[in-house]
Amino acid sequence: MKKKLTFRHFKGDLFKILCGISTIIALIVLALLLWDVWNDGHSWINLGFITNFPSRFPERAGIKSAIWGTIWLMILVTLISFPLGIGAAIHLQEYTKKTRLTNIIEINISNLAGVPSIVYGILGLALFVRTLQLDRSILSGALTMSLLILPIIIISSQEAIRAIPTSIREASYALGATKWQTIRNHVLPYALPGILTGNILAISRAIGETAPLIMIGALTFIAFTPISLNDPFTAMPIQIFNWISRPQEEFHFIAAAGIILLLVFLLTMNAAAILIRNKYQKYQKW
Amino acid sequence: METTAKSFSHKYNWMKEIIIEKLFLLCALLSILTTFGIILILLTETIGFFQEVSLIKFLIGTRWSPLLVPKSFGILPLINGTLIITVGAALVALPLGLASAIYLSEYSSPNVRKIIKPILEILAGIPTVVYGYFALMFITPIIQDLFPNANIFNAVSASIVVGIMILPMVASLCEDAMRGVPQSLREGAYALGSTPLEVCTKVVVPASLSGVLASFILAISRAIGETMAVTIAAGMTPKITLNPLESVQTMTAYIVQVSLGDTPHGTIEYQSIFAVGMTLFTMTLLMNIGSQMLRQKYREVYQ
Repeated sequence: MKKKLTFRHFKGDLFKILCGISTIIALIVLALLLWDVWNDGHSWINLGFITNFPSRFPERAGIKSAIWGTIWLMILVTLISFPLGIGAAIHLQEYTKKTRLTNIIEINISNLAGVPSIVYGILGLALFVRTLQLDRSILSGALTMSLLILPIIIISSQEAIRAIPTSIREASYALGATKWQTIRNHVLPYALPGILTGNILAISRAIGETAPLIMIGALTFIAFTPISLNDPFTAMPIQIFNWISRPQEEFHFIAAAGIILLLVFLLTMNAAAILIRNKYQKYQKW
Repeated sequence: METTAKSFSHKYNWMKEIIIEKLFLLCALLSILTTFGIILILLTETIGFFQEVSLIKFLIGTRWSPLLVPKSFGILPLINGTLIITVGAALVALPLGLASAIYLSEYSSPNVRKIIKPILEILAGIPTVVYGYFALMFITPIIQDLFPNANIFNAVSASIVVGIMILPMVASLCEDAMRGVPQSLREGAYALGSTPLEVCTKVVVPASLSGVLASFILAISRAIGETMAVTIAAGMTPKITLNPLESVQTMTAYIVQVSLGDTPHGTIEYQSIFAVGMTLFTMTLLMNIGSQMLRQKYREVYQ
């Protein structure tokens, strides 16, 4: 009897160790990935790499136009998707009783969040590039990316708004405020840190996306920085993809250098999001 | 005089309220429009495609060569490529993700969790093109050392990275499901003399099963739609094979291949990406809906 119990505990310990190892595997892979990329690319990062345009010659190839493209995209996507996403979230959280329409909209949003990014690329190609004649411009790219991340923005903003207790709203109504005044002066300010965190994460997803931009035809050999919304453009992930798919080995190292820059970009944004979350979580205890 | 000004401002406020409310409604309706847009665009071009290629030949044809004469549009090779990578990714991600979730939810201390969860978030936030690079430059050489006949573009290394990519999602969704299991169930099992392992496998996992399965389906659907990593690592060779050491082409990789070239608007090649996109969209949509239904079921149980 005792032997059996020992065996049961032995099995349990074994299982615990196995689960622990599985968890560690993810960490090891992340470490390997970062190490591999750093190892391949760090010696190629220098001032020329950041200030040069793409080139056929590895030693002269730079990422300047792609960095500018990515910054343009970031700003445009933010301008387009923040108001729309937060507006939709406010509508769903504050204005509607649970009608059938709201229910349909919510199911629809969570389905949209699961649509593969390349399908958004197809949508962007047919709608913005062809039908609306926006061509392969930075505006087409920004619109496509905005549609792609809108579901994520809506869902995370909704969560942030939902976390505000009803009593705050009721207090505001009791003082005679209208619905919009309540939302603008009370709900939104309190929900803002949560909304910002979710939105920054969504934008960082947009920055890393490659497939939709390839679909709408962002080019890879752009020897200028975009100055208007109608200019063709490239972006960091596309430039990296282009370098990876070249046969010469030097370009693979340049790709790694580009990846390092891209990851620094993304990690900074994620860190900002996490900092905002931690800072405000401490003070907000309802 | 004063009253008119007041009622004017009331009226103005009231109008403003209505306008703002409608504006927000429009924002929410945009999501419905997006869905309609996707379906409409996929349908119109797909219908054009099927006027030239028969649906039966598309669905059961075993040769996909849209860019070479004689052109042939049988989607099975692309489905084969997608499935071989998805199955491989599932073999990597599902067991590891479930085990990590069990560890995080049942065994680890809050401090360990505080370290591991952000790392999983970082892993989930790495762009897919980076995973593609990692597959091609790091994993493929190892695979070729182990199996000298492996192609430089092969399904194994693509499967492994796609698996790693969807792992954080499986882990975090499964963990959420397991944390939703009431503590009283665990305590009941301990009171009956169970070991932690038995609590885990006989109480927690069965009780959270619908959530766990929902996360599995969602992860698999994500793997089906994954694009850049498989384009970079698995190659561009549409073929029917079960050998993971060979180069294959997925549906998503085909769409990328066509859009990298200069395929003019209105040609059959251009339309074919919509037909393939439609297939992809339908597959992932069905899986997402299935996953949602499962999750809703598990929400009902403990609330």
